[in-house]
Amino acid sequence: MTGGLATPKSRVLPIWKFDVEAVRKDFPILGTVVHDKPLVYLDNAATSQKPLQVISALNQYYLTTNANIHRGVHHLSQKATTEYEAARDQVRAFLNARSTKEIVFVRGATEAINLVAQSFARPRFKAGDEILITHMEHHANIVPWQILRDQIGIVLRVAPINDNGELILEEFEKLITDKTKLVAVTQVSNALGTIVPVKQIIEMARSRSIPVLIDGCQAVPHIPVDVQSLDCDFYVFSGHKIFGPTGTGVLYGKEALLDSMPPYQGGGDMISSVTFEKTTYNELPYKFEAGTPHIAGGIGLAAALEYVSRIGLTQIADYEHELLEYATSVLEEIPRVRIIGNARPKASVISFVVEGLHPHDIGTILDHEGIAIRTGHHCAQPVMQRFDIPATSRASFAFYNRPDEADALAAGLRRAIEVLG
Amino acid sequence: MSDLRELYQEVILDHNKKPRNCGRLETANRMAEGFNPLCGDRITLYLKMNGDVIEDVSFEGKGCAISTASASLMTSAIKGKTIPEAETLFDSFHGLVTGHDCPVDAVTHIGKLAVFGGVREFPARVKCATLAWHTLKSALEGKIDAVTTE
Repeated sequence: MTGGLATPKSRVLPIWKFDVEAVRKDFPILGTVVHDKPLVYLDNAATSQKPLQVISALNQYYLTTNANIHRGVHHLSQKATTEYEAARDQVRAFLNARSTKEIVFVRGATEAINLVAQSFARPRFKAGDEILITHMEHHANIVPWQILRDQIGIVLRVAPINDNGELILEEFEKLITDKTKLVAVTQVSNALGTIVPVKQIIEMARSRSIPVLIDGCQAVPHIPVDVQSLDCDFYVFSGHKIFGPTGTGVLYGKEALLDSMPPYQGGGDMISSVTFEKTTYNELPYKFEAGTPHIAGGIGLAAALEYVSRIGLTQIADYEHELLEYATSVLEEIPRVRIIGNARPKASVISFVVEGLHPHDIGTILDHEGIAIRTGHHCAQPVMQRFDIPATSRASFAFYNRPDEADALAAGLRRAIEVLG
Repeated sequence: MSDLRELYQEVILDHNKKPRNCGRLETANRMAEGFNPLCGDRITLYLKMNGDVIEDVSFEGKGCAISTASASLMTSAIKGKTIPEAETLFDSFHGLVTGHDCPVDAVTHIGKLAVFGGVREFPARVKCATLAWHTLKSALEGKIDAVTTE
């Protein structure tokens, strides 16, 4: 533990049990030097860094396996197919889904939500039907429903959040009506860090037979997820936020629902027979996987899930919670800093504003100190509107971050205040 | 640190803290809005045109230090200028902050705006510096829709 700055008030430091130095060795990029300073990567909610285990899985695939899947009788094609399907089973196990038929590989959570909007909602919802979301959704869980609204006239209902950035559950429940046909909520807010009580939400919805989609993008890197225990109908996440490759993602859907849905896109791999008169679609999950997929990416994602599972999500969550508490305390000591989003419980995301300073200027000055944070609206403009601010600075921590990186952030912020006045 | 001071020069910091020509212009006969969706910066530009001449100008909005100072310095620079003169300044300024196509005499006639020369070392910030200028162009062209930097 490097103290760095003088601390104006005494603080009880946690005992750091997690071996962060050991995991940092798996992430060579963390050794990067930026503007002659060691990189402090605190933009994990935007995308996470990739461990050697993932990079090696991608390499090995292209070095030893590369071929198209599900179609060749030759050795490499069969090897690629076996590895890709093993990756799917790794995802199934990670989410504790019943069957690999329920695991659809997609490009990311955005594609997964669009798929549900177009293949699940569009054929069965009608004008006036309601979809209920929350005020803290990422644009990816807003815009696909607005497109659907323009297509078939559904109504989008938005449950409010309080000043701490917590969902107001009573208000949420009031918005569930006879017209509600789908509930689509994030499990963790990317802009505020709020952990949403999805278990309660799913119970509320399911007791009224309303299907539920959970956006798990920000949740899966921090919280153990069990889709059977949650009993959600759809669960989506992106691979790149959980230390996997970009361009990978997962749609989990209950088998009966997926089975009842028409394909999202047409092409190769999603069919079992084609004549010019009629096409018979392939079985689950291939019905939703048109075209040659990101095979290496799926295998890389499986390596990432294996990696975090080996460290243990409970250990990760505990360590990140300590980091969050520590980082929050050092930031709160800086005059003019105000943290946006004080939900309980909260994931390791700290959105903040500095009175009189614009996040963009803060971001530039921190970058000069080697510190990478996100500045802007975080693809969650309604959240910014809710707090009446144009943008925030956001520091988001992963298990490979160290407490002294929170100190570096605090020192960088003091520097920004000094430079900008 | 030196190029950071180059970006955040005293003149820029001063115009950020005390922006000139800031507020609604009641006598305006042209107006345009600019928006940078990337960072959420917004600006409303008011012009009082007298024929070809920008007789008065002001802006309203919230933005980062670079975009606020740029709006402040731009309004000071274009007041009293004709449309062609303002357009030439636009081109010179654009060349200055992007580093390309910078007219040879830009620095000589660009005056105080030269403080934005440091922006070219920060590609992510070019849009902040040019937001007010794109909004000006839109106002001069009489466009009604808000311009964005995207």
